[in-house]
Amino acid sequence: MSAEAAYKKIFGFPESLKDNPTHYCPGCGHSIAHRLVAECLDEMNLREETIGVPPVGCAVLAYNYFNFDMVEAPHGRALAVATGIKRVHPDKLVLTYQGDGDLAAIGTAETIHAANRGERISTIFINNAIYGMTGGQMAPTTTLGQNATTTPGGRDQRLHGNPIDISQMLAVSNGVVYVERCALTTIKQINRAKKAIKKSFRCQLDDLGFSLVELLSPCPTNWKISPKDAWKWVNEEMVKTYPLGVIKDITGYEDKK
Amino acid sequence: MPSEKMLMNGSHVVAEAAVRAGCRYYFGYPITPQNELPEYLSARMPEIGGTFIQGESEIASINMVLGASVAGGRAMTSSSSPGVSLKQEGISYMAGMELPGVIINMMRGGPGLGNIAPSAADYFQATRGGGHGDYRTPVLAPGGSQELADLTFVAFDIADKYRTPVMLLGDGLMGQVMEPVVFPDFINLEDLPKKDWILDGCKGREPRALFSLLLGQDGQLYKHNLHLQEKYDQITANELRWETKTQDEDEMIIVAYGTAARIAESAIEELRAEGLNVGLFRPITLWPYPMAALRELASKVSKVAVFELSMGQMVEDVVLSVGDRAEIHFYGLPGGIIPTPADVADFLRSASRGDGKVGRRIDV
Ligand SMILES: Cc1ncc(C[n+]2csc(CCOP(=O)(O)OP(=O)(O)O)c2C)c(N)n1
Ligand code: SF4
Ligand SMILES: [Mg+2]
Repeated sequence: MSAEAAYKKIFGFPESLKDNPTHYCPGCGHSIAHRLVAECLDEMNLREETIGVPPVGCAVLAYNYFNFDMVEAPHGRALAVATGIKRVHPDKLVLTYQGDGDLAAIGTAETIHAANRGERISTIFINNAIYGMTGGQMAPTTTLGQNATTTPGGRDQRLHGNPIDISQMLAVSNGVVYVERCALTTIKQINRAKKAIKKSFRCQLDDLGFSLVELLSPCPTNWKISPKDAWKWVNEEMVKTYPLGVIKDITGYEDKK
Repeated sequence: MPSEKMLMNGSHVVAEAAVRAGCRYYFGYPITPQNELPEYLSARMPEIGGTFIQGESEIASINMVLGASVAGGRAMTSSSSPGVSLKQEGISYMAGMELPGVIINMMRGGPGLGNIAPSAADYFQATRGGGHGDYRTPVLAPGGSQELADLTFVAFDIADKYRTPVMLLGDGLMGQVMEPVVFPDFINLEDLPKKDWILDGCKGREPRALFSLLLGQDGQLYKHNLHLQEKYDQITANELRWETKTQDEDEMIIVAYGTAARIAESAIEELRAEGLNVGLFRPITLWPYPMAALRELASKVSKVAVFELSMGQMVEDVVLSVGDRAEIHFYGLPGGIIPTPADVADFLRSASRGDGKVGRRIDV
């Protein structure tokens, strides 16, 4: 019996990732999210059919890690750029990968309107409640009381406004068919996130409408805590502002348990 | 085959010309005075299997152009001055990533909301970059409806050939006026040179990435900007366009573009009857500016008059071209008023006498 026949490969490096070391900090959620996206594309055999739009944010260099076609968008404009791409290639999988500042502050208009047009696009939304790339300033999603370099003493509702739940806001639109929020900080949630990403890709391929997967993601560096505590903070604190689970699902898919 | 002669509104002319030039992706946000253009395309694009999207803003629209362009389509957006200000970020990224695309600006009065009357006060914005960074945008300035059609074709070709955004700079009057026009034939999209840099999924090849962020320690950005500059030098060498209407007796030439040039032409006729001979120099590419042609012409006359629908923007390029080879006189009108040929004739008489009564002498 040959080795190929005797051993089935059940785990390996995804083809949808390049074999490059990333610049992400230890404990950062971005690397996990990259891996999940890549595994989903591999398993759905979509790598060669995919065009991705990374954000301006810590994941701006995602094209160095993802092994498929990608184009940079100006900060916040990923979903407008993706709209243009999708209209030229309606048969390709188009995805955006965006941080909270990119998607829910400077790009709010582009986000809401692409979603509301029901663009057949999948968005991976990395919510780390902070501006990672620029060094820890307040994000639209920074939680009340959370410290950021521009919220000395913690985010104050009166002074800094409220954390925005953009996923809930998007769910209201008829163009949006599926929104789910998962975390990247427990094995169970990571598995859940992978299913959600696959489902989002499937919505697009089935021409149902816009879908988004929000991933609560640790940023130990700018939260100024250890990776372990950062994971804990997501699981115990962040989920209070951003409860996990399906926010909207009108796909009609019967999910296998 | 070219079309029959048709009588059309200038905004419709650009829209139809774009379709015939192979544009299949239009994205724009309404603003007066160019709304007829998106309105026309909202009906026309579906007829030819193209895409029309009314974007949620000019920012979104230019970024949709960016996306459609990187995906390989001929894409366009249109707007007027305040909206074009919002597009500058996207234009800068497109320049950096070397993405073709056509931007129409039917200029109106400014600054701020200004007014909706014709104006030509966005010359600086159009020719000096507009957005951030070390880039140039080829700018085409049509002189009337026929050129609106012809230069729309040229704009798409330059954009693709050099992988650059290109701006067509008209004004509110041009966008509204009805004139007869003959359209060039539809181009065949299959005949366009294949683009080997687009994103269409990496089947059978290595994945591609397009980006403007160049952090490489080996002078990546430095080299890229040198490369862009080489390209701009080529455009300057190959794409200069202008029109002259001169005769040997001319004692003066007037430099004007777009609507201002047409007003100037009427003034010139009026003055010939009086025995004052003035030639016309009309730049058609505003960047690159036809400096050498203007310089040569200026050395044959004693005076160069400049007329603009702004308080003096293109005149800076005239000064750069002419230097002290001739006296330079300037007459400009701020937005909101459409000058008559009689106003311009007064300016030219005054410049000829050198009495400074209309307009002003530019000290070089
Ligand atoms: C127009 C513009 N404004 C500001 C910036 C600076 N900037 C880069 S990334 C960023 C915020 C990124 O935060 P987020 O989207 O949450 O991504 P993260 O780094 O946290 O993953 C900002 C403000 C920019 N690049 N462009
Ligand atoms: S700064 Fe935060 S988001 Fe950015 S790479 Fe580091 S941990 Fe990740
Ligand atoms: Mg963030």
